[in-house]
Amino acid sequence: MPDYDVVIIGAGVTGCAAAMQLARYDLKICVIEKTEDVCSGTSKANSGIVHAGHDALPGTLKAKLNVRGSAMIRELSAALDFPFKENGSMVVAFDDDKVSQEGLEELLDRGISNGVQDLRIITGEEARTIEPNLSDEVKLALLVPHGGIVCPFLMTVAFAENAASNGAEFRFLTEVTGIDKTPDGYLLCTDTGTISTRAVVNCAGLYADVFHNMVCPDKPIHITPRRGEYVLMDHDAGNLVTHTIFQLPTAQGKGVLVTPTVHGNIMAGPNAEDLADRDDTSTTYEGMEYIKAKAKDSVPAIPYGKTITSFAGLRATEDGKDFIIGESADGFFDAAGIDSPGLSAAPAIGEMLAGLIAGKYGAAIRKNYISTRKGFIKPFDLSPEERAKLIEENPEYGRIVCRCENVTEGEIRDAIRRPVGARSLDGIKRRVRQGMGRCQAGFCSPRAISILAEELGIPEEKVCKNLPGSEMLCNKERLSDE
Amino acid sequence: MNKRSIVIIGGGPAGLAAAVSAYDSGERDILIIERDDHLGGILNQCIHNGFGLHTFKEELTGPEYAARFISQAEERGIECKLDTIVTDISAGRYVTYMNGEEGIVTIEAGAVVLAMGCRERPRGALGIPGFRPAGVYTAGTAQRLVNIEGKCVGKRCVILGSGDIGLIMARRLTLEGAKVLCVAELMPYSGGLQRNITQCLDDFDIPLLLSHTVSRIYGKERVTGVDISEVAEDRSIIPDTAVHYDCDTLLLSCGLLPENELTRQAGIDINRVTGGPDVRDDLETSEEGVFACGNVLHVHDLVDYVSQEAMRAGKMAAEYVSGRRKTDGFELKLVTDGGVRYTVPQYVSPAQMEDSLTVRFRVDKEYRNKKLCVYLGGRQIRQQPKNIVKPGEMEQVIILKKDLETAKPEDTVKICLED
Repeated sequence: MPDYDVVIIGAGVTGCAAAMQLARYDLKICVIEKTEDVCSGTSKANSGIVHAGHDALPGTLKAKLNVRGSAMIRELSAALDFPFKENGSMVVAFDDDKVSQEGLEELLDRGISNGVQDLRIITGEEARTIEPNLSDEVKLALLVPHGGIVCPFLMTVAFAENAASNGAEFRFLTEVTGIDKTPDGYLLCTDTGTISTRAVVNCAGLYADVFHNMVCPDKPIHITPRRGEYVLMDHDAGNLVTHTIFQLPTAQGKGVLVTPTVHGNIMAGPNAEDLADRDDTSTTYEGMEYIKAKAKDSVPAIPYGKTITSFAGLRATEDGKDFIIGESADGFFDAAGIDSPGLSAAPAIGEMLAGLIAGKYGAAIRKNYISTRKGFIKPFDLSPEERAKLIEENPEYGRIVCRCENVTEGEIRDAIRRPVGARSLDGIKRRVRQGMGRCQAGFCSPRAISILAEELGIPEEKVCKNLPGSEMLCNKERLSDE
Repeated sequence: MNKRSIVIIGGGPAGLAAAVSAYDSGERDILIIERDDHLGGILNQCIHNGFGLHTFKEELTGPEYAARFISQAEERGIECKLDTIVTDISAGRYVTYMNGEEGIVTIEAGAVVLAMGCRERPRGALGIPGFRPAGVYTAGTAQRLVNIEGKCVGKRCVILGSGDIGLIMARRLTLEGAKVLCVAELMPYSGGLQRNITQCLDDFDIPLLLSHTVSRIYGKERVTGVDISEVAEDRSIIPDTAVHYDCDTLLLSCGLLPENELTRQAGIDINRVTGGPDVRDDLETSEEGVFACGNVLHVHDLVDYVSQEAMRAGKMAAEYVSGRRKTDGFELKLVTDGGVRYTVPQYVSPAQMEDSLTVRFRVDKEYRNKKLCVYLGGRQIRQQPKNIVKPGEMEQVIILKKDLETAKPEDTVKICLED
């Protein structure tokens, strides 16, 4: 008997969505992740947009799964308690010539074919009535009322926690180094030992082609890391725009977006740059300047003086331009080439994979399946009475650690103690926003380091920002050695 | 609803001095609210000496300086709430705080003194390209880890920014056994005190690279190095001047920002240059009965000046709640010109002011052989020679009440540097 029915490679949003959907069935599931946490690659560094579905070409998997996925996110955000907002979006054009008109009409037609509701083309004046900070240069826009925004971290964490509550196991800091076919499935070689399984689900993001090509050398795929850089501004940049503002792609480029985040920040980005290095998430001077200049075209008043951070993510773009989802070899299932709109499509990708796998193996629905999950308690989102009661029950919720985002000690401990809990400072930050604010952990990192060390029972010198090697402090002995 | 005469937000040097002075001005019902688990604020991590030369006429360390004020507050029996954070100040001076013991409490304050201090400008706000590894610290965070927590932040360090904390940390890390490779400063001058450049860099042979900045950060998990490039007069990076430094730590000392989130929430006018609230000569903000002092008002260079300013704020708050203060008459706006970036206060009331008023200001760059001039309307009321003024050092000028006797409501008081 193999160790597991299904092993999922990769704990990004796709892997966690697959785990969540597979856990509806009576299957023994394990998610293997090479980093220390869920949501630590492409899933953590993207626009956080739930696309309505007007961009993808009709008939593609991207189109179908985007529309289905965004509908699922709407429902799941309530059941699994993660932040989602239907803020609506706009695609703006800076000319009212034939090219712009036709460009927007093409998106409108695609949207209609894909089943997106309530799309319409509006004038620049109408657009500015809805979004007063839009540039006077905006001449036409496609209004997309059902576009949304989501917290990519909390959505992924919610999927993972729900999967775990239905029995899925997670193995972190485990890198798959080889995949061998066995009579009843596959044997995965990893740097922490071998794991046998009936089925493998390849959700390895930027490395999905590597695993696919190990198993299917005769039908190779090829993924290019496409870097996108972003600039994030503080909350008090706040109500600059309420919609997500896309730019109509032109001969000069795809344009950048300006969007509020579900947490009230303003974000601008991304650019798009194909790289050779699958790990190069560094930001560049040129990239930042490009984004800042382009975003100003849409929203001239964008306050870069309130920038709190900039970051870059790598999109896993496959040569065929569409998602690759399905059984590529007997018992080997791919979810590869998951670039935009991958975040929006994630739950639908998971649903599709789960359907294929449950069908193949005749898996029954799990008894006592848990369909809901409670999110992190945010004392500052409670009424004063509820908050007072919470603090009375647990004084840790009355002690603020992160002053910028009002994060309490109780929330930080909760982030670590939960199933699939945080093991690094970045893990805490993504779950409860400690250090996510304007001071970027200046005041609270010493306290967060000591709480994490205490909860994990390790010395503070072993506390990492993310992966091993990212220790925040160094041993004094190391100094005297020099 | 609980009522308190004076609520002081922040128990660092400003809050403590304000409390002591309010008490000595006759007020007894005073509450200090401090978010940390001890009083004294950032002074507790400033274990170097050089504090208190003006106030106590002797050289103290930061904790010693704080301890003097803490014991003065204790002797007077002033109440402090530690581990307590103020979450809101609303119109009518309702102050809401939160802690683990009491939960959430709102009190009605007769007067409020804002003394929340400042924070450091983080990496994200600087827009340095590259990876985001561990090992990038603001200088103050590193100072806390080293001096309070007894930790070691790294062994080969580059420091960006020559603010005082950066300079102090260059010496501190060297004494701890780390190698500090250099201090890079974007501007053509240091933002720190001259004595710190001498004592913390020159004495340890640590180079100060003026008109340089970090142009890239390397290392995915932990810092492995940085590039330092020269910058042009407009502060843009000059291409092909990058020099690589292998290091595991980058400290940032790139400016301090008054911490005015509460002030802003309360709808109080904030000055664009200082980042602190606009105040009148009595340190009252645009909200009646709300006073401000210390680094929340504007970033000071010496704690002695923080204490002096806070003593005045405490006294004024006490006079306000006791009804002793006259509030009649018009206000004049203080305006700046010729290299003066800002003044504190921003307004003065000729009728209500004390016999003399110390106006503090900073200049926008280094000047030599200038005259500092004060004008009322178009008429010069004061002039004093300035051999050298530097942006890193706070300057001051005294304005006398008698010089403003002839002021008309439409006049302004102009402070400027002239040849």
